[in-house]
Amino acid sequence: MVLQMQTIESLAIKASSEIDKSMDIASLDSVRVKYLGKKGKLTAELKKLGQLPAEERSNSGKKINEAKKNLLELIHVRRKNLEDSLLEKKLIEDSVDVSLPGRGISIGGRHPVSKTQSRIEKIFINAGFGVRSGPEIEDEFHNFTALNIHEDHPARAMHDTFYLSSGYLLRTHTSPVQIRSITEEGVPIKIISPGRVYRNDSDQTHTPMFHQIEGLVIDENINFANLKATLYQFVEAFFEKEIELRFRPSYFPFTEPSAEVDIRWGKDKWLEILGCGMVHPNVLENVEIDPEKYTGYAFGIGIERLAMLRYGVTDLRTFFENDLRFLEQFR
Amino acid sequence: MKISESWLRKWIKTDFNADELGYRLTMLGHEVNEITAEGQNIEDITIVEVVSTAKHPNADKLSLCKINDGSSELIDVICGAPNVVKGMKTAFAKPGIKLPNGVKLNKAKIRGVMSNGMLCSANEIGLGVDADGIISLPKEAKIGTKLIKFLDLPDSIFDLDLTPNRGDCFSVQGIARDISALIGSDLINNSKDKNTSITIDDTYPIELIEPNACPRFVGQVIRGIKINAKTPIWMKEQLRRSGLRSISPIVDITNYVMLELGQPLHAYDLSKLDGPVKPRMSKEGESLTLLDEKTISLNDNTLVITDDSGPIGIAGIMGGFKTAVTHQTQDIFLESAFFPQNIISGRARIYGMHTDASIRFERGVDPTGQVKAIERANELIVEITGASIGPISDKSFKELLPNRSEIYLRRNKLNKLLGIKIEDEVIEKILLGLNMKIHHASDGWKVLPPHYRFDLSIEADLVEEIARIHGYDSIPSIDYCSKNPLKVITESEIDFDTVSATLIARDYQEILTYSFVNAESNKIFSGIESELILSNPISSEMSVMRASLWPSLVNAAASNNARQQDRIRFFEISKSFHGKISKHIESIRIAGLATGLREPEQWSNNSELVDFFDIKSDVEALLSLSCDINNISFLPIKHPALQPGQAAEIFRGKESIGVLGKLHPKINKKYNLKRSVYLFELDAEKTLKTNVPTAKNISKFPIIRRDISVIVDEDISADNIMEVVTSSSQKLLRNINIFDVYRGPGIEVGRKSIAMGLILQETSRTLTDMDADNVVSDILKNLQNQFKAEIRD
Repeated sequence: MVLQMQTIESLAIKASSEIDKSMDIASLDSVRVKYLGKKGKLTAELKKLGQLPAEERSNSGKKINEAKKNLLELIHVRRKNLEDSLLEKKLIEDSVDVSLPGRGISIGGRHPVSKTQSRIEKIFINAGFGVRSGPEIEDEFHNFTALNIHEDHPARAMHDTFYLSSGYLLRTHTSPVQIRSITEEGVPIKIISPGRVYRNDSDQTHTPMFHQIEGLVIDENINFANLKATLYQFVEAFFEKEIELRFRPSYFPFTEPSAEVDIRWGKDKWLEILGCGMVHPNVLENVEIDPEKYTGYAFGIGIERLAMLRYGVTDLRTFFENDLRFLEQFR
Repeated sequence: MKISESWLRKWIKTDFNADELGYRLTMLGHEVNEITAEGQNIEDITIVEVVSTAKHPNADKLSLCKINDGSSELIDVICGAPNVVKGMKTAFAKPGIKLPNGVKLNKAKIRGVMSNGMLCSANEIGLGVDADGIISLPKEAKIGTKLIKFLDLPDSIFDLDLTPNRGDCFSVQGIARDISALIGSDLINNSKDKNTSITIDDTYPIELIEPNACPRFVGQVIRGIKINAKTPIWMKEQLRRSGLRSISPIVDITNYVMLELGQPLHAYDLSKLDGPVKPRMSKEGESLTLLDEKTISLNDNTLVITDDSGPIGIAGIMGGFKTAVTHQTQDIFLESAFFPQNIISGRARIYGMHTDASIRFERGVDPTGQVKAIERANELIVEITGASIGPISDKSFKELLPNRSEIYLRRNKLNKLLGIKIEDEVIEKILLGLNMKIHHASDGWKVLPPHYRFDLSIEADLVEEIARIHGYDSIPSIDYCSKNPLKVITESEIDFDTVSATLIARDYQEILTYSFVNAESNKIFSGIESELILSNPISSEMSVMRASLWPSLVNAAASNNARQQDRIRFFEISKSFHGKISKHIESIRIAGLATGLREPEQWSNNSELVDFFDIKSDVEALLSLSCDINNISFLPIKHPALQPGQAAEIFRGKESIGVLGKLHPKINKKYNLKRSVYLFELDAEKTLKTNVPTAKNISKFPIIRRDISVIVDEDISADNIMEVVTSSSQKLLRNINIFDVYRGPGIEVGRKSIAMGLILQETSRTLTDMDADNVVSDILKNLQNQFKAEIRD
């Protein structure tokens, strides 16, 4: 009996030391099998219990079970430790250089002019303006005549127009869209018309194609003071800051009174950004609107001009050279 | 137009300095582009007299001069100018002063003789380009006084951008009139009390045979011009400051009067005229040699001045060479005519000659100013050239001269248009200041504008005049509140911002290119000869309206290739143009181009180049925006710009909506592109229309996946197979994934193996293996029957 007790104790000590020494899950498993498996050493002791006298049996059985429970606990803890360190090792192996660039495609970008156009559109849409478009190949009636620019009008010489055959031309401004819109929708009307326009002019400060956004508001009591308010607000909305404006008298055949608008840029520089005015009564009459009842204002903004100011672009032509290195700056 | 401050101040008195005056002019609607200072840094130059000249002992071209600068001693100066002569008065720079070009003048020995200063040419002291000789000043120039004082310097030159409606402002008088209206003070009276006396009887016949084209022609014979007469320095100076060259006294005087009063004049050499002067419309094919010695062929729409020999000048634009005054001319016939705007307008442009005269006549000259201008000119001619003048002949059809009519100006309309109330007194003061005649009416005024204001014909014109003089600045900003109902935001069309955002997220850069391209590339990319041709293109490279955005995209890619950019992904959303001009169609296209590496060069990829299926996936992404991808099919096509076998037309249902494919290698080479280029182009309208999505219930039951693999002939497309699979699947098929396409060992030549995963699911119950087996067996049976498909295990 004493002998068996001693055997159990020494088995337990031996087993626990082997558990401690197992350096991986497999050796830990074999320790478990060696002592606690079907043919394990401690299991064998348990089998011997039957040979013991009845009064010793329970004591020895208790002792063996205790040792077994103890060993299982030791194995469990050891296994957990081994697993943790294994994972840790694996994770170390799995770490990456986080400073390496990400994989896959990059991202493109919008052209600064269409980005500008889109912003301007949004500013006016938020104020309840509708957006209208129209043909780029126009006829003389919509591009000139309806806008009070008659055949002999000096303004026709001002516009260097691209002509196609049969009296068609490339629109020199987006104003024909206004004529078409009034004709289709009538008044009151509150719209902008963005788009491409064309002039036969190509040098450092002119490209043969550029973009305009024109605005038109006609209602029963529209006046010059309303026009000023709209443009002040627009400039502030666009540049995200208050900017001083200068309205100076000018001449357009389709507006009377007419003005050109300069913004104060820097300390004492004035830069022209747009033309505007009250819709000329002849234009209203041309689209069968009674100028006695209705008045309106109109304005025309050069989108490239604003994009240049906004983004500090100094050469208009770069917008159409489509150099990827230039365009990538505006993402 | 350039105009000097000094000249302006002879016409109007104002306390504004040059900058303020410039600002006021701009705010009056006469935009000042630039103010240039004249006569800077020459305050120390004095007027001297050359007392004697002698040859330099060591240099033939130099003269030793003794000059009198008003001090007690004569000064020795060496001068290289050929025109230096005893008794002349000229400009002198003392040693120690700085010339405008920054050079400091010192006493210096020139070829062994001491020179104590320099006699100056105009060029050396910044007064023009004349460097041929030293300035020659008239006798009345006072010795020892400052040159700037004598020349009315320093001066400022306003460079004005006049609007085309204000012909009346193309003169010193005109600008002065507008300032006078602004500040409310009268013009300085420059006219002489007495006209120059007529000393000869000669007149020259004028015949107005086309009075509509020339309703007024004022002429005068002037004889006895002294050949040695010189244009006085003050006139030369004013002409120079206005940007005109001095030519001869007569030409200078006519130019001077034009600048001053706005009436162009023309002088004919009387001895070269042949028969009566007759303005008439030209005849097609008539030719005429002009002052600049260019011979032009006239059309039948031009007013010319003729004599019995034919045309001797284009009315209001340029005189002829034959009858031009020369330095030998002693007798002239002076013309001061009125030609209506519509007779002159556009003509200068046709002949490519914009002259100072044509600019003024096109915009409108005062129909009552001809006599005044000719009187001013003859006064100067008599004074400067010692000539004698004959009586003025004024041939005119008064009833054909433009007349201003009264305009009704209503107080209420004025307030309504401007949004402010301006006091009656202020309005009347402005109108009177602008030389309008006014009568009171019940609710406003009846206003008669002066005859030179062609731009004023309706009430709104007067409103602008009042606003302009009152100041646009004084009009407040007042918000306009319109009815602003909530507006529909449609879901039946994808907006361009979303399209752009999608392409940008897929690594495409937006570009903007010109809508016109060269005719050849348009044909290459569209297969059609364009009928939308510009009659006056910038160049042949930009001569037809493009039928496709591709030529522009390919061009842009090529120029970026040339700038060492190899990976390019561009898109553009813009119009393409089609059909015949009278029924042309403009349709918006969404076009893209990709070339070079699939992904930017990076540490972890294997540098694959972009291919057909990359760009197809981008197209599919766009098409997916319209929630309709299952209705889309890609069919192989032949396309003039695309490589055969890598070109597809895109259909939505039965409607063709676009094309994609690989740029034909021949075109690729033509454009010097480095890598294969893939292109797509979609019709925006057809592509972007969409339906509001309708939600379907999602099945809660598990899916069953079955993989099948079949061998079919090469010409059986994936679409063919999927169609059969779908129709054989008893509506249990949720999805098909083609996961492998294989050709090679184990497969017969001309055949290919296609492997796909079938995702099966029922909406109302759990599928059994048997259900799946049945479907798969139906599918395989149909594939075998229709495509001779061989089942691979």
